Amino acid sequence: MNLTLKVWRQSGPDDDGRLVRYEIEDVSPDMSFLEMLDVLNEGLILAGDDPVAFDHDCREGICGMCSMMIDGVAHGPQKNTTTCQLHMRHYNDGDTIVIEPWRARPFPVVKDLVVDRSAFDRIIQAGGFISVPAGSAPDAHAMPVPKADADDAFDAATCIGCGACVAACPNGSASLFTAAKITHLGLLPQGQPERGSRARAMVEQMDEEGFGGCTNTGECTAVCPKGIPLDTIARMNADYLRASRKSG
Amino acid sequence: MNYREGAPIKDTKAPEGPIEDRWEKRKFSARLVNPANKRKINVIVVGTGLAGGSAAATLGELGYKVKSFCYQDSPRRAHSIAAQGGINAAKNYRGDGDSIYRLFYDTVKGGDFRARESNVYRLAQVSVNIIDQAVAQGVPFAREYGGLLDTRSFGGAQVSRTFYARGQTGQQLLLGAYSALERQIAAGTVEMHTRHEMLELIISDGRARGVVVRDMVTGEVETHLADAVVLATGGYGNVFFLSTNAKGCNTTAIWRAHQKGAVFANPCYTQIHPTCIPVSGEYQSKLTLMSESLRNDGRVWVPLKGGDPRPVAEIPEDERDYYLERIYPAFGNLVPRDIASRAAKNVCDEGRGVGPGGLGVYLDFADAIKRLGRDAVEKKYGNLFEMYERITGEDPYTQPMRIYPAVHYTMGGLWVDYDLQSSVPGLFVIGEANFSDHGANRLGASALMQGLADGYFVLPTTIGDYLADAHTFDAIDDQQVAEAEIAVKNRIEKLLSVNGTRTADSFHRELGKLMWDYCGMERTEEGLRKALERIPELRAEFWRDVKVSGVNEELNQALERAGRVADFFDLAELMCLDALHRTESCGGHFRAESQDADGEALRDDEHFAYVAAWESTPDGPVLHKEDLEYEYVKMTQRSYK
Repeated sequence: MNLTLKVWRQSGPDDDGRLVRYEIEDVSPDMSFLEMLDVLNEGLILAGDDPVAFDHDCREGICGMCSMMIDGVAHGPQKNTTTCQLHMRHYNDGDTIVIEPWRARPFPVVKDLVVDRSAFDRIIQAGGFISVPAGSAPDAHAMPVPKADADDAFDAATCIGCGACVAACPNGSASLFTAAKITHLGLLPQGQPERGSRARAMVEQMDEEGFGGCTNTGECTAVCPKGIPLDTIARMNADYLRASRKSG
Repeated sequence: MNYREGAPIKDTKAPEGPIEDRWEKRKFSARLVNPANKRKINVIVVGTGLAGGSAAATLGELGYKVKSFCYQDSPRRAHSIAAQGGINAAKNYRGDGDSIYRLFYDTVKGGDFRARESNVYRLAQVSVNIIDQAVAQGVPFAREYGGLLDTRSFGGAQVSRTFYARGQTGQQLLLGAYSALERQIAAGTVEMHTRHEMLELIISDGRARGVVVRDMVTGEVETHLADAVVLATGGYGNVFFLSTNAKGCNTTAIWRAHQKGAVFANPCYTQIHPTCIPVSGEYQSKLTLMSESLRNDGRVWVPLKGGDPRPVAEIPEDERDYYLERIYPAFGNLVPRDIASRAAKNVCDEGRGVGPGGLGVYLDFADAIKRLGRDAVEKKYGNLFEMYERITGEDPYTQPMRIYPAVHYTMGGLWVDYDLQSSVPGLFVIGEANFSDHGANRLGASALMQGLADGYFVLPTTIGDYLADAHTFDAIDDQQVAEAEIAVKNRIEKLLSVNGTRTADSFHRELGKLMWDYCGMERTEEGLRKALERIPELRAEFWRDVKVSGVNEELNQALERAGRVADFFDLAELMCLDALHRTESCGGHFRAESQDADGEALRDDEHFAYVAAWESTPDGPVLHKEDLEYEYVKMTQRSYK
């Protein structure tokens, strides 16, 4: 099939950026979206042009590196799917596809479709962990965990940190990302000692990075490639409130 | 390519005495560094996968000043994250006869008697601590209704010792290590450098003292100095272009170290994973693995007759060849990876393969669905089935999956001693980047185990013994630093100035095809010689005709790729040389000339029971042999019939 692409090109953080139109021919329906862009880039390099910069690595939907706004939807039209796992069979000959980077103030554009998501790492630094030095752990069976809790913790823990939730949110909120980690650790007995301080520190860091607040629009969970549920945010708010009251 | 033989490697620094006491002995004999001194000691860790992430976190926790580097935008993204199946540990929570000794035994046997006994035993010992550590960190392993940890059995093992977190065990373990690392970054003990790629090792006074890296956003070439350097940069499977590795995985860090004196062990030992999604076209950029846990319930088959045009449903039972069950009745579909892979290649070579190009075999769940019901199958494998459907557009509940082997893991890597120190003092190598524990074939669910064993438990102890002398190290030679930096800059400039007519990817594809054809699942003297002739030609073409657009002083992904491909040429040559010199078959290395009457791999213990450690010299490669001795596990020919 033949397609028209309108791709966001921006040479650096200080450039204004613009959509540039490319025609691409003979796209196979079995190609992945990123393979289609590889083909575009090979052509650009040979023509002496700058290839489109985009983040990607594992190309199997788990590393969280790929991050494209496709026709206005984070990661494109297929539900529960990262950009790298989207295949061209979902498009038709003659389609026009608009490709943009994540847009949010705390995610400045580095180049083209590449953005800086280090704010996420700083939120984890604030408290997204259980403090346990190597070698000091008790036997793994010393503390049984109810299966239902372990399963719910796992569901929250599957977050890949891609940032689609932020890109989709009209407020640019990182609530789903932050709540996923707070929920994962807060559901496990190992996570209890630091539960309150964790929720407070992570929420405060999220605010400090400039992410917006949550107004329950649910766009985040709709685009989340791992389907992290919205109720994690309620849990985060509850933990945050409880911890804030305690410490006055 | 010619080579000569150098002095054998006599001392691996493994302590003497009963095997079960050796690690205890080493832990006690390793000198400690005074806590006040640790604060003054700098350690560089390159790579943030399971090995590098856990090592940097643990070293930071111990009080060293750590600098950590990764090429991704966050340390949470290293390719350990993609491991699906699980992690082995000799916990024997099932009471099914498992033990440290049995895990040790299985690993040595699975590695086809080409791994070091002392290292493997330690790995099995430490495995139990890894599970404890991960659980304490909040890794949400699968649990049973009683709240205790669930386990499953995994390719090649007859006990249930694999701990797992649905099909995302690697992700959960990596996020555990990542959170420990982020905690240390917050505490100020680890300084993190994301989007930085190591391009050179700095050696001064014979010791590894730093690295030259490129800031991948600004193009700035930076130097970082330290008292020791740890490489945790993963494997080199991407030399084949198509592999299950992430696109960014590369050999550059270990290859630069090799050229600076670190010997490279068993480069030809490559693991080809049997259950991957087949190639669909010329544009293919990578291959996707399906967890081999699928082989627990799926049955592998091809039509009895080649070129059978009928759809699956019309092929009757008696015209299907369930070849693994037929050839290996005892293990059936659960034979080790190398055997399953080669069997698939053989039936495809006979012209009985299915799908595009005849490069695929069926993995059929019809019987499992009949026996267990669709719901049960969905519960067990739902996410894998979804992934398959997303990529192929086919529904594995109603038609069999098509699978084909793909390059997955490299057992070879930089040579290390018992302390995980390379042949360059002060250069430590951990995880897939070293060669140490898996011999010629790695068992399923053992890569995660090794990465975390090295990073959390082994390296933090052994590196202390080296760093206890840090106060006696000479000042770093400025000249060496300047030369390393200039070498990096020259190389970048050279890549940018060729201005030819082919992209780095197109060269990489061609190299990968060559390696797959001649140094892949089956190797012959003739093929390897052909490859050794063609690789230097192709490399020359690359340096004459590659086209890299843009400049250094920006985010330039074309430049990044070109630099990596350049190193893959050199590595490919050494892999072929190693494969050519090892005229036996062992594990993942199958030489067509060395097989028994049934077509099974035939080892030659008399001549090849050694580690082939290659040194890079101006006059070409020099082979150092480290003899392998088996005091505990008797060498036998593997049989899975």
